[in-house]
Amino acid sequence: MYGWIFRHLPGPLWLRIVTSLVLVAAALVLMVQFLFPWMSEYTQFTDSTIGSASQ
Amino acid sequence: MVLQEKAGRTAAAPAGVVILRGAVQVVGELLITAGIILLLFVAWQLWWTNVESDARQSEVIKEFAQDLGGAAPAAPAAPEGSAPSAGEDFGEPVVSAAPGHAGTIGIMYIPRFGANYTRPIVEGTTSDVLDTLGLGHYGTTAMPGAVGNFAVAGHRQTHGAVLDNIHTLVPGDKIYVQTKDGYYVYVFRNNQIVMPSRTDVLEPVPTLPGTVPTERYLTMTSCNPRFGAEERIIAYSLLDSWRPASAGPPAEIADQVAAAIGKG
Repeated sequence: MYGWIFRHLPGPLWLRIVTSLVLVAAALVLMVQFLFPWMSEYTQFTDSTIGSASQ
Repeated sequence: MVLQEKAGRTAAAPAGVVILRGAVQVVGELLITAGIILLLFVAWQLWWTNVESDARQSEVIKEFAQDLGGAAPAAPAAPEGSAPSAGEDFGEPVVSAAPGHAGTIGIMYIPRFGANYTRPIVEGTTSDVLDTLGLGHYGTTAMPGAVGNFAVAGHRQTHGAVLDNIHTLVPGDKIYVQTKDGYYVYVFRNNQIVMPSRTDVLEPVPTLPGTVPTERYLTMTSCNPRFGAEERIIAYSLLDSWRPASAGPPAEIADQVAAAIGKG
């Protein structure tokens, strides 16, 4: 899958490497901004309050 | 593997095999990706949330200091009651009304947690408060200095780990709460480990529902064990004394207050 994506990126090799790095960075930003906060809503590892009413 | 692949190619594997091989490869890559994402999630939760929260909490303290800088000289000391409070001559502690949700109540200084321990106390115990802004005040409980129970929650790990060292408190440790009105000095009394459903620790007299309070409590709740949330660790403290803002900070934390407020 990743090989297929890499082969289908436009431009010479160095540009494709740069583009894939940018894509990885973009995926990281999306995860930190949206995916991980959403996931942490469903994990109870850090719940520090008493009772369920305040949750 | 290589030999097999070559053999497959020369023999012109049937289309079904090629598709299956591709599908297996994609599934494998997706599983590896999922594993990496989960590892990143752990790293994010244990490390990055602390970085983010620490930065946000410094901002909150800065904003609070700015508000204080504007209000403190103008506001005269609140009228003092006649009943002497323990050890000090400043009368009854001033009790403010709670701010709106996510409003800053003040700053907590706990020298036991380090000379730099200054964390904002913010109204509310929802995740938007606790995850970024600092210690969250249970809206149903009293305000600092009031007869009854001033209860706050804070993360043990992640999101700033504001109460990470709650188990290191020793009876007699001072806990300072600074609000716009002044400084409330609480003295730590004991820890208790309870199940998360024990809402009675938030009662005006902790764990004694229906009792009319005569003391001024500070109750802090956090998760227990340190990297889990099966239980809650509770820290009880009692108000020892208070000083109005006009009297200046207690000598023990004067440097910390100067450092925190100086940032603004």
